[in-house]
Amino acid sequence: MADEYILRMSNITKTFPGVVALNDVHLDVRPGTVHALVGENGAGKSTLMKVLIGMYQKDSGTVVFDGQEVDLHETAEGLDLGISMIHQELAPVPEMTVAENIYLGREPLNGLRLVDKALMRRMAQELFDEWSIPLDPAVQMKKLTVASMQLVEIAKAISYDAKAIIMDEPTSAITDREVDLLFTMIRRLRDRGTAIIYISHKMDEIFKISDEITVFRDGQWVLTEPASSLDIPALITAMVGRELTHMFPKEEAEIGDVLLEVRNLNRGPLVKDVSFTLRKGEILGLAGLVGAGRTEVLETIFGVHRAESGQILVDGERVDVHEPRDAIAAGMALLTEDRRATGIMGVLSVRDNMFAAALPRYSPGGMVDRKRIDRAAEEQRTALAIKTPSLDQLIKNLSGGNQQKVLVSRWLLTMPDILMIDEPTRGIDVGAKSEIHRIISTLAKEGKAVLMVSSEMPEILGMSDRILVMHEGEVTGEVSRAEATQDKIMQLATGTDAAA
Amino acid sequence: MSTTTNAPQDSATAITSRFNWGELARKYLIILILIGLIVLLTIFTGGSFIKTQNLINVVRQVSAIGIIACGMTFVIITLGIDLSVGATVAVAAVVSASLAQTDQASVIKFPGLDLPVVVAVAAALGVGALLGLLNGLLITKARIAPFIATLGGFTAYRGIAYIYSDGRPISTLKDGFNWFGQGDVLGIPVPIILFALVAVIASILLNRTRFGRYTYAIGGNDQAARVSGINIDRVRLGIYTFVGLLAGLAGLILAARIGSGNPTLGTQMELDVIAATVIGGTSFVGGIGTIWGSVVGALIIGTINNGLDLLNVSPFWQMVVKGAIIVVAIIIDERKNR
Repeated sequence: MADEYILRMSNITKTFPGVVALNDVHLDVRPGTVHALVGENGAGKSTLMKVLIGMYQKDSGTVVFDGQEVDLHETAEGLDLGISMIHQELAPVPEMTVAENIYLGREPLNGLRLVDKALMRRMAQELFDEWSIPLDPAVQMKKLTVASMQLVEIAKAISYDAKAIIMDEPTSAITDREVDLLFTMIRRLRDRGTAIIYISHKMDEIFKISDEITVFRDGQWVLTEPASSLDIPALITAMVGRELTHMFPKEEAEIGDVLLEVRNLNRGPLVKDVSFTLRKGEILGLAGLVGAGRTEVLETIFGVHRAESGQILVDGERVDVHEPRDAIAAGMALLTEDRRATGIMGVLSVRDNMFAAALPRYSPGGMVDRKRIDRAAEEQRTALAIKTPSLDQLIKNLSGGNQQKVLVSRWLLTMPDILMIDEPTRGIDVGAKSEIHRIISTLAKEGKAVLMVSSEMPEILGMSDRILVMHEGEVTGEVSRAEATQDKIMQLATGTDAAA
Repeated sequence: MSTTTNAPQDSATAITSRFNWGELARKYLIILILIGLIVLLTIFTGGSFIKTQNLINVVRQVSAIGIIACGMTFVIITLGIDLSVGATVAVAAVVSASLAQTDQASVIKFPGLDLPVVVAVAAALGVGALLGLLNGLLITKARIAPFIATLGGFTAYRGIAYIYSDGRPISTLKDGFNWFGQGDVLGIPVPIILFALVAVIASILLNRTRFGRYTYAIGGNDQAARVSGINIDRVRLGIYTFVGLLAGLAGLILAARIGSGNPTLGTQMELDVIAATVIGGTSFVGGIGTIWGSVVGALIIGTINNGLDLLNVSPFWQMVVKGAIIVVAIIIDERKNR
């Protein structure tokens, strides 16, 4: 293995208004290795990568790439040098084809200086063949699932023949099968001498794929070690700076009467004849593969989409839900899956975000009661340990975990009886994750009924009293906490349980 | 630079306070610009710009624009636009004028009609609100993009003003009506008083009421607002009705000012209104904007108009200067929100 470094970032400091995002950190990456960069949200991983590719300008420090000191101001410069990045948030052009997305901005031209679409398609096909990616380059991007879009993004990053590829949470939206494919690709890239900087919150993945691990915490460098000299508990301790004893602290809660009953709910291909009950104090897990229809079930119950047929009963009474506000009036809350698209209002303050749903309770006669709002907001901030310099801070400046806590408080302020939560800890660091789990558990203990969608098996197994499993829009089975195992759920989720 | 300390806490606090100053300066930059303009114009005009009577003139001239800009702030915060306000001004002007003619007029729209002035005032506001409501219905129920829906109003409403008035000014109006454009209270022109009143009400509406907070929420993320239970259609309907009502008030003021309801009133006014709002920091990013910003924006427009007049700058060059200032305002806004 080559001993010299392809990338040396030294003494990097980067500040934003009121926040020191990176404080004198360093990162040294060898060619032909997978270097995992881990830390809680807000630790500074993504910021450092954005400094590297030229999206952010560092305040001080040096970056040496491939033996040359560089100071990038545009992402295109990074690509020219041989650094490409798979971003955490996908940015596809939905109307264009897969091939057009991959070669966006560097389309092959024909003799007339026009885009040579046929050549572009061939190039994409060759790329897919080489890396065994099962996609058709001629398909429109918008027709793909999120997982396939992620594969396109990965293929695009590889197509630059970069010397270093940054992967920021590349597996957050893909299923196990695609993860295997990605890991095969990563190993091939590594063997060709490419350096991979791998950012992830998923511990098992980190240990499966990485050669070296660097840990950041609160904008500071903590350690860099070979992966073989660390284990999961040691890594978590380094990330959070404290011992995490209970990853999934679901406490015993008294299970009461049925609060929510859904009968034969139908909507499109992803919600087919779904029926279930949910009791007070219960956490009902909704498991399944990506695209099984779990999110759609929640959204249909909540009125984001109109149900085609079926009944929803709250406390034995039938409720008509046409719009989310009807569901809220019936005592429901929905913490949505996509924090950016349907959760946060980025340019608004933490306070405004908190009170988006509960404002009617705090505005008698239409006039907002600022004193009560400030008091309630401070209570939420303390109770959920939301880290923000002030309630006036724009929510987009908070870390993902803290944004999620603000959204949790948005719903708690409406005093719901039924909480539906969709991937509550996606893209959130371990510390905030366990805090969110504790909050959910406490809510169940207080007698609220919780319906939780999660793609993380330990979360589903650890938190749920009962688990419903979905496959292609249908509920394929129900397992109790006692009899739930990963294998059993996977069988139901893949629809391979017919014999059982 | 060479004397930076190594203690992380110290550097962190230093950075915090330095950025807060920068933030403060950015936030009130527009006021600094206004003051700068006033100082410059005072110097270049040899002091005539700063005279009390001239300053009152500046504000009075810009009152109608400023009043509508208060409503446009709501519209642009929600990522909408209303191009029809200038034409709404004309409809409100001709309709209200037709209800306030004296029997001395040579052409009388409704002969023998002698209604109290308050009816004409109510008609101006009512007609404005109605046209605004129509825009709102097209946008929320027919799901037409605000730009297109109000572009339709921009043309059609102007046409209605011409049809209603037979293309002629409706003149010889009652004194009580003309008071809204020409009168004063304790030396302060009525349009200025109305402008101030509207600014205060709009500010309370935006900051202190649920309606106002929902306006920000919709602009911040309309999908999240809907999931949060906000009736976004009703809020948007309210916003377009409100800006229409304010355009009606502006139509009343302008007709009263010249003592006649002219169907050409408010021509291209929507551009000045949008310019005032945008110069005032309301952003096409959505979810960002303040009433006081739009008020200052309107004052800047008025200052430029008046100052360039005093300096005998040709109207053609005035257009170029105004355009340049709008573009510069947008560039500043872009940087601020980066």
